[in-house]
This record gives sequence, structure tokens and C-alpha cells, in this order.
Amino acid sequence: MTFSPELEAKFADLVTHYPEGRQRAALIPMLMFGQDEIGSVTQEMMDEFGKRLGLSTMQVDEVVGYYSMLHKKPMGKFHVQVCTNVACMLRGGAELYDHACHKLGLGHKQVSADGRISLEEVECMGACSWAPAIQVNYDFHHEVSTDQLDTILEGLQ
Amino acid sequence: MALVNVTINGVSVQAENGALLIEVAKQNGIEIPAFCYYEGMSLQAACRMCLVEVEKAPKLMAGCTLPVAEGMVVRTESEPVVKARKTTLEFLLSNHPLDCPVCDKGGECELQDMTFKYGVGESRFTEAKQHVPEKQWSPVVFYDAPRCILCYRCVRVCSEGMGVGALGVANRGVYSEIIPSHGDHLECDECGSCIDICPVGSLTSGIYRYKTRPWEMEHVGTVCTHCSNGCKTTLGVRNNEIVRGNNRDRSGINGEFLCVKGRYAFDFNHHPERLQTPLIRNGDGVLEEASWSRALKLVAEKFKALAGPKFGVIGSTRTTNEENFLLQKFARTALGTANIDHHRSGDVVTLVDSLSGKSGQLATVADVYTAKAVLVIATDLSQQHPLLANNVRANFRHHKAAVYAVTPGPVREDKIARKFLRSAEADSIAAVEQLREALSKAGDLVILFGDSIQGDKVRQLVAFGESLGIPVKYVCLVDYANSRGAMDMGMLPDLGPGYHATAPGLSLHQMLAATDLSALWVVGANPLKGGKKLASVGAFVVVQDLFLTETAQRADVVLPAGSAYEKNGTVTNVCGQVQRIKKGIETVGSKADLAIFGLLARGMGISLGAVDADTIFAEIAATVPGYSQLPMPIILTGGAAQTHPVNGRVPASTVPGNISSARDTLFTTGSLTRYSKILNEVLEKPGALYR
Repeated sequence: MTFSPELEAKFADLVTHYPEGRQRAALIPMLMFGQDEIGSVTQEMMDEFGKRLGLSTMQVDEVVGYYSMLHKKPMGKFHVQVCTNVACMLRGGAELYDHACHKLGLGHKQVSADGRISLEEVECMGACSWAPAIQVNYDFHHEVSTDQLDTILEGLQ
Repeated sequence: MALVNVTINGVSVQAENGALLIEVAKQNGIEIPAFCYYEGMSLQAACRMCLVEVEKAPKLMAGCTLPVAEGMVVRTESEPVVKARKTTLEFLLSNHPLDCPVCDKGGECELQDMTFKYGVGESRFTEAKQHVPEKQWSPVVFYDAPRCILCYRCVRVCSEGMGVGALGVANRGVYSEIIPSHGDHLECDECGSCIDICPVGSLTSGIYRYKTRPWEMEHVGTVCTHCSNGCKTTLGVRNNEIVRGNNRDRSGINGEFLCVKGRYAFDFNHHPERLQTPLIRNGDGVLEEASWSRALKLVAEKFKALAGPKFGVIGSTRTTNEENFLLQKFARTALGTANIDHHRSGDVVTLVDSLSGKSGQLATVADVYTAKAVLVIATDLSQQHPLLANNVRANFRHHKAAVYAVTPGPVREDKIARKFLRSAEADSIAAVEQLREALSKAGDLVILFGDSIQGDKVRQLVAFGESLGIPVKYVCLVDYANSRGAMDMGMLPDLGPGYHATAPGLSLHQMLAATDLSALWVVGANPLKGGKKLASVGAFVVVQDLFLTETAQRADVVLPAGSAYEKNGTVTNVCGQVQRIKKGIETVGSKADLAIFGLLARGMGISLGAVDADTIFAEIAATVPGYSQLPMPIILTGGAAQTHPVNGRVPASTVPGNISSARDTLFTTGSLTRYSKILNEVLEKPGALYR
């Protein structure tokens, strides 16, 4: 399996960032970048990264299963992540998540029929000071109210 | 290392500075409960069961990762500690199905014991439990995720203990579960260590599951009958059926270690093709069932008539020392023949001779774990000698031993080797020279070598070892449970018990090739395996075995013999360590080989003395050099004692082709494993390495 020349160059650079014998540390960023390019973490990708880093596919699978930002199935073009962890919950995160569910007609880790949008209830993403927070792909939105959420969702084109 | 003073529950104790608190407590008779902590494995600190109160520490500390220090004051049963343990158990049980009444582990479950001890009767969790159906990963291993408490013991024993790494943990939180190496199934050694080490009933054994409750079994500690390593296996017997093999009491030289054969391949005993009545070839040339009295009478008459120098005797590598001793005595005295041999799989004879005049140079299984360096030559240790390979790995893990491998192909030891060399077996002695400099600095060394190192090559290897200028011990690798004992007991054409020279007779190959044998008596061996023919077409052939092997099919009389799990006696492992075996079951219609010898002697009107394992062992101890100073209390209580080296020139004659290992793998050993259902069911290709 090969990736775009730009990504391959990035991978080649990545493995040099870690001490000799610790190249496996590059696995998480490789999976993130690979997922961004391919759309999800495929079996083929897990086999490939395992081969490149000297890991068994099972060891790659352990990492993919552990991190919630890695998905084995493609998510929507816009992946909406709503935090319902303690700080956000106290500031209305749970209501925000319920609102998003109703508004989009989607549940946890579900993708709209046209593949445009997907929803996920996530644990803390480190934005407690600006709770409740949501994340759309790599963009953060802070202190989000239900009205603001509607605006954000409608703006996703 | 410096000693420090520690107070545990008001009692002052001394301990090595930096020792783990959980171990210090255990040495002083105080149990700190833990699920994830396991002696000899890396630390995990995952289960939180071992929390203890340490004075001046702001909160409870995990005893499994806490090194003791001077003046430390610890309380392991105080109110906060007990409360924490109850809470931990409540949490561990939050998704546990509590199906103890149908769980294999019920009665010997660590989680059950702790729940009982701390009385965790109530739970504050009201969430629905996350149920996942049970999965079968191999004929041997089943996994029930909801019972799992994620202690990672299985993951560590597989990667660290076995060097396989076939288990992992996927997902997180309540969805976490153990996953096998190949998606939905395992490809591994199928050793079952993960099942034994599981503190709950999450990993269960294909052969044992739902068969019995632990307290309904009798537990018989005996020695595995497959390879030569001599692992203690504790058979769980119920209603005259072996349902389990493990060694959780760590009573033998192997501790808890067992491979797939020791843990599961006892099932050949219950194979439907097991012979349960003697067979006599009738007038039409067909083997037909006969009574024991008729068969014994016929054999005794024939033996009496055919005794003499044309009589051939082939002994066994899996019968006891007592049986081999009596068989060679029977042959040499009553049958008047020197044509005595067995399937020789390693040149112990030349090794013993090369070490004449020296002492303490035959390694024990424990030496392989403690030596500063280990050299493996011309053998795939983890396939053929699982316990020795396990000890090499453990030595590397615990003592940073320098491991060297000189083998024709890749072996598992490569992964931990300081240096490995690829060399054809014929050239391995020359290749070893490349390691001279490294080895001479090793401190002390154990050399393990395979069957291709025989005759002069053994002498060259010993000369090499002696020239290194460091203490060197040797293990001449042999194949089967009592291969070593067969040689020690004089099942050799030119050497009697204790390697004393006797009048020479025919070797095994010469017996098969001779055209004028009057009779051939084969006990627990299959020399005609693989389509070999007996050249003496007229010879009267008697075979004692468990199954109708190729050799038994050529026999005139077949006598159904008992397996090693059906008799008492002693066996000697690859390192010359003598251990007792114990009778666990009986198979109706079969007789132990020893009993058959006694009945035949009586039928022939000759006396061999009392035919009883203990009496014969006393005779062995009195007359066989090497066995004379064995510490009986150790052997009688189930321990292993090494025979003393035979000191004196041995007239070793190695005829080419007389010594050859069967090159068995983890999933085969001789003719018994062919009748093991479980070994035939596992998917792994014998001999393959699972990386």
C-alpha cells in the first residue's frame, strides 16, 4: 500500500524523530495522517504500518481500538464531536449532544446517508476552560449554545 | 544489597533495599492480594487490588510497584485498605457476569476468593452489563470477555514468558477486551499458559471446559511423557479420565511452565484405537484378539525356545528406568542376547566419555536459567525442548543472560540472542569458533547441542568448551521422556547399566537389517515407522505398545501396554534429572510393561527378583553407577535429583546412523502424539515459527 508522495515524504521524516529502535512511536501520527488521506483506518493500512514499523497487525489494532480519534469505518466529511465529560456536562454539554442528535437525526458514531456529516460523543478534549466545547474535524468551537450549534451545523457545506 | 528495616502491620522485618513491598510481605507471611501482579513478569499496576497504607504517603500506594525503603511503615489490613479493596472489587465486578455456578474457574478463582474474603455483597452500579458472546480462538483456547478483569497476565505471559506475543488488548473502558494474534483466531504455541495464569474464568481450556468442578478431581503429580525435558504435570483425574494437565503448584523443575503437550496431549490415553486386549496372529496371518493368559503362554514358550544370540530386543524411550533396567537384565541373563538397543536421539555416551575425570559439568534445567551465557547449537530449542527454551528466555529476561545460537535456520532464540549464526549442521563446530572471544568472557556457560553433534564432534565441542577457560556445562539434547534413562539403564548393544562395557551385540539398525533374527521383542517403540521393513522375515515378533503401530502390525503377538500415566516408577530427563512418575488412571485390558515382564518371566520359569518398581529402583540405586547417590527423600517427595556423572572411560562406538533425532516439533513427539486429538486439531503448521 502506498500513499501520496507528500504523505510518504512526511512518513519518511516522521520516523527520524524518534530514537533508534523506537520507530514504533511514529504509529499514532502515521495512523492520523493515513486516516485523513484514506478516510478511515483500513485493514490494509494496519497491515502496512505494522510491516513498516516492525509490529504485528494485532499490535496496530490495539492502538487503533484505544484511541477514539481513529476510526475503522469512514466518518462524514464533517465529523462533529461533542464533549460530554464532566466540565462540559456541567455547562450543558449533555444537552448540546442531545440537541445535535435531534437536529441531525444521528446517534453516536453515526454517519448521515449522504456521507456529509457524522456525530460522535467524545470524552475530554482539553477545552474545559471554554466548556461546553465541540470539535468539527480539527476545528474547535468554544462555549457553544444550542443556537450557536445550529448555526455551526447549518454552515457545514 | 543493603538491608532496610520495614514495619508491616506492626512487625519489624528486614528486606533488601528496593525489593517490591508485595514480595517482602509475602516472604514474611503477609498476603497483599493482587490480580495483575505476577512473579517473574513485568509490572503492570492495573488492578489496584494491592493498595496499602504507607505512613507519610499522602494516599494509598500500590504494593506491587512500591520498592521498600528504610523506616517504611506499612499497614496492609487497616480500615482504609480494606475499604479500598472492597471498592476495587466492586469496580472489577461491575461488568462481571457472576456466572460462577457454570464457570470452570469456580472454586479456584482468585476473584471469587477475594470477593468471598472481603464480602462485597452489594454494588452501586446500576448500568446494564456489557455482554459479549464467548469466542473460540483455537481448539485449545476460548475467551469469555465479560469475565475478564483486564489484568494483562495473559498478554505478558505470552509475550514475555513464551516469546510469542499472540495476545493483545483492544478498545478501551468497558469495551476493552483481549484479542488474539490473527483477527478471530490464534496462531501461537497453543501452550495454554494464558489459561492457567488467568485469575478468573475468562480464558478457558478447550479440553477441560464444562467437564468437572475443580474439587471433584483427584490431582496426580507426575512427569509429562512426551519430550525429554521432564516437566511435572499435575493430572486432574475424574472417573478414571484425565481431564486436565497443569502445574499450578510449581512443584517440579518446570515451575508453572508446560507446553501444549504437557498441558493437553494426555488425551491419547483415551483414544478409541487404544489396544485393550492382546492380539495373536492366527493361521490366516490376521491379528486376532486373544486372552492375556493365551498370549503370555505363547510368548513365554516361544521366548524359551528362541532365546540365544539371535534374539533381538528393542527398548523404549518412554517406559520407566525400572522397566528398561529389567528389560536389559531379562535380555542379557534370561534370553542370553546382547542385541539390545533403542531409538537413540543424542550422543550422551560420547559426552559422558569426553567428561571422564571431571565433575559437575552436566547442566541441570535450573542451570539453563542461571548461567551467565547459553549457547544453543544445531537445534530448534523452542520447538523440540520447550522447557529449556523457556528457561533460556527467562534467563535473558531476569538475568540478562548472553544467548548465542548456531543453527541452520531461524529460531526463536534469535530474538534474544547477543549473536546468532546461520550454519549448516555439518559445519556448526567450525562456526562456534567465531564465538570464542565472546564466550571466553561470559563468566560461565551452558552449551546445549543437538543430534548432529555426535562422535568426534562431541569431543571437539568439549575440547572447545574446556579451552575457553570458564566453567562450562553441557546438555546433550535427546528426544523423549526417558531417552536418557534408557541409555543410563544400559539399553545399548555394547554398554550395560551405567555405561559399563558388555559383550557387544547388534544395534537397532543392524537388528532390522539382519536376516537371521530368531525373534524380535519391541517394547514401547516403533522402529518400522515410515515403511521400514524387518529383514528377518521369519522372526517371531512381540510388540508391547499402546496402539497398533507400524511395528505392531508386523508382530506375531501384540501385548497392550500401559502409558506413563498408568504406572509408577522413575524417569530421567535430558539433563539426567531423575523424577518419580505416579499412576493416575487405568485402562482396562492393558498392563504396565513391568508387569508384563514379570508375567513372562514367570511363564518361562525364570526369576528376575521381585518385579515391583520400588524394589527395582533400589536395585538400580545399589548397582548402577550414577544412580547410587541419589537423594531418595527428594525423589520420593516428587523432586528431581541429578544423576552423578559416570567417571571412567566409556568405550563409545558411534556407528553412523545410529543416532538421529526425530526432529519433532511442539505438536508432535513419537507415536503417542499421533493419537492426541487436540494436537491433531490445532491449526499451526508443525515447525513453523510464529513471529
